[in-house]
Amino acid sequence: MRQEQILQWLLAVILSLLAFLVSINVYADEVAETPSAPSAVQKTSLEALLTELTKVSLSKAPEVLDKIEDISGKEILPLFDAMLGGDLYYQLDSQRVLIVTKMAKGSLRGSDPLSGEWLDSLDKKTIKKIRVNNSLRSHLREAMARINLKTGTVEERRTAVLSMLDDLSPHNIVLLKDARQSEKNADVLKMIELALAMDVVGHSANSAERLLAMETLSGRLEPPVRNLLKGVVDNDAEGDRKVRATAAKALGTINEKREFYGFVEQLFFGLSLGSVLLLAAIGLAITFGVMGVINMAHGEMIMLGAYTTYVVQLLMPNLIDYSLWVAIPAAFLVSGAVGVLIERTVIRHLHGRPLESLLATFGISLILQQAVRTIFSPLNRQVSTPEWMSGSLEINPVFSITYNRLYILLFALLVFFVLQLILKKTSLGLNVRAVSQNRDMAKCMGIRTEWVDAMTFGLGSGIAGVAGVALSQLTNVGPNLGQSYIIDSFMVVVFGGVGNLLGTLVGGFTLGIANKFLEPVTGAVLANVVVLVFIILFIQKRPKGLFPQKGRAAE
Amino acid sequence: MMNMKKLIVGIALSVGVSTLTATALAADTIKVGVLHSLSGTMAISETTLKDTVLMMIEEQNKKGGLLGKQLEAVVVDPASNWPLFAEKTSELLTQDKVDVIFGCWTSVSRKSVLPVIEKENGLLFYPVQYEGEESSKNVFYTGAAPNQQAIPAVDYLMNDLGVKRWVLAGTDYVYPRTTNKILEAYLKAKGVAAEDIMINYTPFGHSDWQSIVSEVKKFGSTGKKAAVVSTINGDANVPFYKELANQGISAEDTPVVAFSVGEEELSGIDTAPLVGHLAAWNYFQSVESDANEAFIAQWKAFTKNPKRVTNDPMEATYIGFNMWSKAVEKAGTTDVDAVEQAMIGITAPNLTGGMAVMNKNHHLSKPVLIGEIQDDGQFEVVWETDGLVPGDAWSDFLPGSKDIISDWTAPIKCGNYNTLTKSCSGQNYE
Repeated sequence: MRQEQILQWLLAVILSLLAFLVSINVYADEVAETPSAPSAVQKTSLEALLTELTKVSLSKAPEVLDKIEDISGKEILPLFDAMLGGDLYYQLDSQRVLIVTKMAKGSLRGSDPLSGEWLDSLDKKTIKKIRVNNSLRSHLREAMARINLKTGTVEERRTAVLSMLDDLSPHNIVLLKDARQSEKNADVLKMIELALAMDVVGHSANSAERLLAMETLSGRLEPPVRNLLKGVVDNDAEGDRKVRATAAKALGTINEKREFYGFVEQLFFGLSLGSVLLLAAIGLAITFGVMGVINMAHGEMIMLGAYTTYVVQLLMPNLIDYSLWVAIPAAFLVSGAVGVLIERTVIRHLHGRPLESLLATFGISLILQQAVRTIFSPLNRQVSTPEWMSGSLEINPVFSITYNRLYILLFALLVFFVLQLILKKTSLGLNVRAVSQNRDMAKCMGIRTEWVDAMTFGLGSGIAGVAGVALSQLTNVGPNLGQSYIIDSFMVVVFGGVGNLLGTLVGGFTLGIANKFLEPVTGAVLANVVVLVFIILFIQKRPKGLFPQKGRAAE
Repeated sequence: MMNMKKLIVGIALSVGVSTLTATALAADTIKVGVLHSLSGTMAISETTLKDTVLMMIEEQNKKGGLLGKQLEAVVVDPASNWPLFAEKTSELLTQDKVDVIFGCWTSVSRKSVLPVIEKENGLLFYPVQYEGEESSKNVFYTGAAPNQQAIPAVDYLMNDLGVKRWVLAGTDYVYPRTTNKILEAYLKAKGVAAEDIMINYTPFGHSDWQSIVSEVKKFGSTGKKAAVVSTINGDANVPFYKELANQGISAEDTPVVAFSVGEEELSGIDTAPLVGHLAAWNYFQSVESDANEAFIAQWKAFTKNPKRVTNDPMEATYIGFNMWSKAVEKAGTTDVDAVEQAMIGITAPNLTGGMAVMNKNHHLSKPVLIGEIQDDGQFEVVWETDGLVPGDAWSDFLPGSKDIISDWTAPIKCGNYNTLTKSCSGQNYE
């Protein structure tokens, strides 16, 4: 009975003093402890704070956010998250704050973060976005970390502690110490111990304590640990010798580990660049390597594949995550069909005349580029990256692999093996090899060489189209896409050995890795030049590449 | 037979009449040359500026033209081909006898035009931000000089965001190299140690950013706040920002401030990985002012595309055109020497509010704005200079050009006057 009265009294005061928000907070703090759904009081002040949020300048907004954080718990996270993503709006007339989601067909749907009420088909003109800038975003992230530390999932708690490593303020240390009491998950607990140990090493005056804490730090790769130890070694003048020596030793281990992972990372970058080169070149390895046609339009086949991806995404705007699975066969068919068409109409008439076919295919490449310019526009087209290809796989704090590169590496290998299988195990493959070894003899044995030529060229072009799908995820999709890969492709095929798919694989990866190991030393511009010079010298020495054709196939 | 004769007479007559009207018109018009690439790699950016000039001419003609004459646009296409810029300039000046030229985008095209325009005594308005270290009697620079874009951006990062380590990343050509040279000298003058500056150049259209971004990540993980100052040009930016996002570098930790990324570049690309990164310009479409709103509405109507965006070089063209028409009215003639002198001190409204002033060194005084990229491809202004910043043709932070000033008023009348030796050298400073 008495409590109710107090509550009522509080409510009255708060309502009357709505403008004096600071005073509201004092009371609101007391109420905030109640674990049940937000009480009327809290809701009112939250509403007032949200209204204030729509009015304040960017530099004052953090204060308001702090107040919101103070009076609320976990339930505020969706609101903070929406603000972080720029999805928090307010209605111009009522100042009501809404979380807005874009629905299919461009309509807007709002939800009231206080009542959870849904508002359908909002008019864009009646709402305005609540502005956020970088400092506000980092402020929000910190606030979310503090809330998540108590109530988040394991992953959320882990990232929360991780983000606190950069900012071991006394307030955060108190929070971390609280969290240590209640934390059940071993991983998160380990992170918390690390953070607290860092605090001891950084701020304690007791050297025995610091030495003990240093043990927790040794071997940890988180950058803040390294920075802290470096600080101890460099600046800690009054610290005793033993602390410094231990810190130096720990730092040494960390640096060794970092160097090792740096090397692994570079190797991965090299493999990734190699996989791109392999994908770009493997189609050419068939048309140029097996058929002997110098196909200058090869780059444009890649471009067509990339544009096919764009069109597929246009056709299925709500299913971007699956679009690539449709785009791969589609690109194969489109580029393959164009390849067959080119073979039937042009290249067929130029057999055994490399110079003429070079000029003819160069002409075709220009025609295709201009066609794309006319149909789509000379501007680059936007190809979206599916959710599952964004972000990176974190192996440890200094080494992570980006998903798009990882998938493309795997995809390149897959394409390579499938192609090997086709050439070695199918009747088409047998025919292709027969025709490329001895056309006349194959003809005598009843192989339709004309048909085999068309199919081979179609296969090579189709593979180029598939490469285009992969490249659309890495680079700009525009009319010039093909041109930037044609030189690289020829380079890889010639380096690896004409007519040999394995050579293309080894050649692509060798050049990729060489390039990436040169880049930190020479810079990106010079690395390209050095690789090119190397190939020129190599070809002088071994004109047939890494894996030359042997025996009869050589003729 | 009769019909045939009639036809011939008719044709002869109409030809005669049309030549007459043509000559009559020619005497009555002021010719404005438009020298922007309409094909090739730069067409994407430059076509917009051609349309802007045409729109301005149309508007001026509606107001009754200049000096009682109508304006007539002479559009040529230098096709992103640098030597062709010089040829087309010569054609505009000697054959078409234009009174003024609006044109060029890249520095290399401007350098190619310079000797021709000086020899034939023409008048060029150059509307794009550039590396400075130049001032010609025949050119008015309405884009930003380094001290109107790069230096304020660095100041903002240093003072407002507390950035201590600097990555200067650029495409490998004259504008990024000169700008980075100036920035490096500026940072060192501010007490930044050499090991806290990382300089990196990449080729045009670079797409494999893995190792560079990874290096940036390592560079930024030493506890001191790091930022990237990007002079990366053209479409290489898209994979660059994508890689940043994939490797988990957020704008809050390591912001990228770009000098070549504007609304036009952002339209039609997925801006999600770019949100929060910065750009420094003298104009943003999102700035709220009456003049800007009117300009945007006019532009959308002129291009018949409600989604078209405006950008900084367009504003520079707008200011340049308005200043030129004011100067022509003031001089009462389109004679190059008279207009050139009349230009100095002329003011014209900025689209972002306030007035731009043409200085003695042929550069403008303009406000500098810094914006954060939003998910709709627009910029949110987070910082701006208090007043106007006068463009400095010769950087104060390069040893070679520190003592050089440009002053096209009497008695100096020189684009590169050495204040120590008191001589006009005519020399070029790299």
